[in-house]
Amino acid sequence: MTDDLKIDGHVDAIAVDDEPTTGAIGDQEESNILCAVAPVGLLAELTHRCPLQCPYCSNPVELESVKNELTTEEWCSVMTQAGEMGILQVHLSGGEPTARRDLEDIVKAAADAGLYSNLITAAVNVKRERLEKLQELGLDHVQVSVQDVDAAGAERIGAFKNALQTKLQFARWVKELDMPLTINAPIHRHNIHNVPRYIDTAVELGAQRIEIAHAQYYGWALLNRAALIPTYEETVASIEYVEAARERLKGVLTIDMVVPDYYAKRPKPCMGGWGKGFMNITPAGKVLPCHAAESIPELNFDNVRDKKLLDIWMDSEAFNAFRGTDWMKEPCKSCAFKEVDFGGCRCQAMAISKDPRNTDPACSLSPYHTEMVKIAKQEAAKPAAAFVYRNTRNAAKVGKAHGEALEPAE
Amino acid sequence: MVEVKKPGRLLVDRATKPSMPRYLKLRHDPGRDRWVLLAPERILTPDAIAVTVLKLCDGERTVDDIAAKLAEEYSAPADVIAADVVELLQDLADKGYIKG
Repeated sequence: MTDDLKIDGHVDAIAVDDEPTTGAIGDQEESNILCAVAPVGLLAELTHRCPLQCPYCSNPVELESVKNELTTEEWCSVMTQAGEMGILQVHLSGGEPTARRDLEDIVKAAADAGLYSNLITAAVNVKRERLEKLQELGLDHVQVSVQDVDAAGAERIGAFKNALQTKLQFARWVKELDMPLTINAPIHRHNIHNVPRYIDTAVELGAQRIEIAHAQYYGWALLNRAALIPTYEETVASIEYVEAARERLKGVLTIDMVVPDYYAKRPKPCMGGWGKGFMNITPAGKVLPCHAAESIPELNFDNVRDKKLLDIWMDSEAFNAFRGTDWMKEPCKSCAFKEVDFGGCRCQAMAISKDPRNTDPACSLSPYHTEMVKIAKQEAAKPAAAFVYRNTRNAAKVGKAHGEALEPAE
Repeated sequence: MVEVKKPGRLLVDRATKPSMPRYLKLRHDPGRDRWVLLAPERILTPDAIAVTVLKLCDGERTVDDIAAKLAEEYSAPADVIAADVVELLQDLADKGYIKG
């Protein structure tokens, strides 16, 4: 998040996005109170089933099958445990969370546990009656993804017929029911020119927020980088537009922006620090420090089927692997920013350099930075490659065998 | 696309009757022993003064009414407090957390 979270001196704010870049509430280092070290946000990936096939999907390339999904009772228990351990917000995501017929039970369990709930949906298969029911059961907020504001673009990117019209209709229902609405705009070379129209659409719909979310290149998006990455110039122009729009739309629309870290000098403080404020649960119950963490082969993840959520947060090997700064190598170790950006994204370090302890190659101090950005810029200058759509067939084909390490600079 | 009324920016003054949108939840967080305002993909942590102000934002009271109450509670001049409250609420309104 680049959004300015500083409010008046009497109020502090933190982002609890599904890909957060700010840290936890409270001073964790000095407190022994349990809840002061507990996470505030939980991303519950209820299923990997999805009607769309977006090529930048944040799910792992290896998709989880339906038969391994947690049961209704198991998800409800997760919600109860989350409330008890001090988690404040839950994102119900996927895949497409409404693909689960028991979403109603899970929403109710979240509300009963005192969690502020956020439904992250593609919104192409949900009837108005179901949305009303979810609201009745305590759903607090709805986030709708919009693949493009051009109908043909939306249809092609998500590989779903009439996606845009269906999504806009759903977004209007959210507003008619007086629920808060976020529009999620995943940005890449095919729609970056539409950023202004995305913002206009969000205002017309009466949305509270829009996320201008530039694709982050790991998982499916890394596989599709040559099909997705915009040029440096397009990226800078879109960021400048957003910054001006933010000023113009103060008090009308909150605009959050996830910037493409390839074109930044400093890495993003991914998850606001590993194991610091957030946790993620996969459809099969594995508990991860971030949604891409399974791309780091050396990590072992605990499962909510075997252990209490709180015990996993406190003691699991995966959460402790990159907590704090002890794990760091140079140039992170002696860097003045090590408590600010925590060395960036571990999964990106893994994807590009094959060592998750390396500095995120998005950092200009990384020996991999120049090469990574050079290749990306070359890809952006060429005609876009064809999409590898995110579906189970392609998942099986691609498997784990994608991406070789780059050569570091001398 | 249907025409939807485009809302404008709320400019807070001493006559404004501020209210919190109903989807925001002001709640005590027992584990951390502090108040939190839960909002879409945000958690705000208001201090004691901000909590008092937010609880008084019922859409009935004006900023002046709120300032008068605080002046009593903190034995401070109402004018000074009113200016502070306007500043606090303007900032919250600009982030979409207060309506007029």
